[in-house]
Amino acid sequence: MTILLEDARLAPPKAERWRAAAADLFSSPVNAVVTVVVAGLIAAALWRFARWAVVDAAWSGGAETCRQRSGACWPFVASNAQLMVFGVYPQDLLWRPAVSLALMAGVIAASMIPRLWSATLALAWGLVPAAVCILLSGTFFGRPVSTNEWGGLPLTLLVWMIAFAGAFVVAIPLALARRSNMGGLRTAAIIVIELVRGVPMLVALYVSRFIVPMTAPGLEINLFVSVETALILFVASYLAEIVRAGLQALPRGQTEAANALGLGYWRTTQLILLPQALRAVIPALVNLGIGVLLSTPLVAVIGMTDFLSAVREAASHEQDWPGCYTTAYFVAGLVFFSICFIASRYSRWLERRLRAAGHG
Amino acid sequence: MTKQTPIRRAAGVALAIAALAGGFGAATSAEAGPTVDQIKQRGVINVGVGTQAGFFAPDANGKWQGFFIDFGRALAVTVFNDPDKVQFTNTSPQQRLPALQAGQFDVLLSGVTETILRAFKLNFNFGPVVFYDGQGILVKKSLGVTKGSDLDGATIGVQSGTTGELNIADFFKKSGKTYKPVVIEDTNAFSQALLSGRADALTQDSSDLALRRAAFPNPDDYVLLPERLSKEPLAPAIRWGDDQWLQIVNWTVYATIQAEEWGITSENVDSFLKSDDPAIKRFLGVDPSLGEAIGLDPKFAYNIVKKVGNYGEIFERNLGKSTKIGFDRGLNRLWTQGGLLYSPPFR
Repeated sequence: MTILLEDARLAPPKAERWRAAAADLFSSPVNAVVTVVVAGLIAAALWRFARWAVVDAAWSGGAETCRQRSGACWPFVASNAQLMVFGVYPQDLLWRPAVSLALMAGVIAASMIPRLWSATLALAWGLVPAAVCILLSGTFFGRPVSTNEWGGLPLTLLVWMIAFAGAFVVAIPLALARRSNMGGLRTAAIIVIELVRGVPMLVALYVSRFIVPMTAPGLEINLFVSVETALILFVASYLAEIVRAGLQALPRGQTEAANALGLGYWRTTQLILLPQALRAVIPALVNLGIGVLLSTPLVAVIGMTDFLSAVREAASHEQDWPGCYTTAYFVAGLVFFSICFIASRYSRWLERRLRAAGHG
Repeated sequence: MTKQTPIRRAAGVALAIAALAGGFGAATSAEAGPTVDQIKQRGVINVGVGTQAGFFAPDANGKWQGFFIDFGRALAVTVFNDPDKVQFTNTSPQQRLPALQAGQFDVLLSGVTETILRAFKLNFNFGPVVFYDGQGILVKKSLGVTKGSDLDGATIGVQSGTTGELNIADFFKKSGKTYKPVVIEDTNAFSQALLSGRADALTQDSSDLALRRAAFPNPDDYVLLPERLSKEPLAPAIRWGDDQWLQIVNWTVYATIQAEEWGITSENVDSFLKSDDPAIKRFLGVDPSLGEAIGLDPKFAYNIVKKVGNYGEIFERNLGKSTKIGFDRGLNRLWTQGGLLYSPPFR
């Protein structure tokens, strides 16, 4: 009986929830005043936003319309879409970044379906970024395009994918080394992880872009290579700690049982420990993924035209498009928010699903 | 196993530091000379730029456009006879100078102000000044003011933390008039201060003010006063140690100025090929002796003018009266017209 009551309290019908909330919000005169004031502020903010985005916005026409309207300048977005999405990539070769974008979006979407998790998908995470690099650079098949001219959304996704996929390759040995019985190996892993985690991402980028070339005079290191090197190391040091947490959460019995069955260290790790450990840390992985994606605009400070800096470059035409600044940044924010919102909803769904399947 | 004594450890650290220092020393000395070779081998010039419409910004099709961009293209014409063999990279203002030092760029065309500290302490060489900027004053036309010294008791917006704050104080001390400063931090609020009437005038680099004015709802209600309160000579910057590259930068800029002085434009340059003037013949490479003597393509100046244009064309196309920015040439006129642009002779 008690249990039934508990359950009813956990999920009351919608109408009842509203009534309960309303009763709470107006439970005393002070609460009622606070509720009214806050509701008023929210309404005012929403109204101001609606006026900016809809009522006062310029919907058609050109720059002149935007000059006369005080709200958002939507024609600017339409006419600068190419620059914002693809950056300064040569205009006659735009199909390359377009195909790249589709390829990467496909792999990421496929990775979100647990049924498709397999060795093939892991292989795709290695092959697709490589294919995109070949496609964008035009190596082997067409006019070469330097990495300095890659830009926009495809670049942001590519930087993120390589950083994450590469970090996995580095992080798992690091995590295993940190749990190793061999003192030297363990110390080395701890030093690498703590050293990289101990500096901001910006510093990692600076060191790989400005300090490393100074130690190898005359050597020209490609911008893209130095960015990815720094990012892979940086993400890997965080990823290694997540993987280690997953490994440590496993009961000792797992290892002992595997040993008793005659499995060696590598087979135990590969067949027994890692699959369970990784499954346990999926929510943390998604979280790290979102964090890394939101940090990618930092690559702009050392000269990459990622999505956000392509938007900023479009927004610099303010004298041609008055008011475009706010509009441009709003669009950029919307894109980042959409990606991260989908990712976080997905992460919650996945957690529930894994728990239901008994893997929590 | 030997035990690590503190002394041994200290020696190890010292050795590591020495090795690192040695590495940096080697980096500086090995930098000498090879920029031009590197550029030729790479097939493209790496240029560091900023983002500011009119000066440097990609257009809607992702192609870089602007005043400084055109000088980058002129350099590519001098080296490769192809205005597209140049790669522009936009970095944040704080990163541009170290990026040049680290060899990421061959030349900075990001509107660097030439100063003595930058020349000595950062080891930069500066090419000819391509744009004379300076602090200006933007006022509402309705004030009826035509020069800065007429401003009395005006409220003037300044951006905090800039040298502009000090310059405007000096300016009013000299003119003996009074003013009320409004210090504004945020760059967007800065424009708003004038538009909302909180300030009667704004003071800032005149190029920045011109761009702000162009983005106003009613640009014609505001006017940029003729005074310049500070000197901001913007010049191409390169690393120390490659004199040949410096000369290429120098004479590429001079070629655009000299062409304007003779009235040679991208449109009429071919008609000048028939000129009898020996100086013009040398300049355009009709008489190849000059190019042979300096080791450049004798027609490099012709190619620059034909493919990019002379200084006046570059200015008008990107910043001039025909554009939304509508910048007055001011000091950026030829010396023959009261400006500061002067090219040494091509002989």
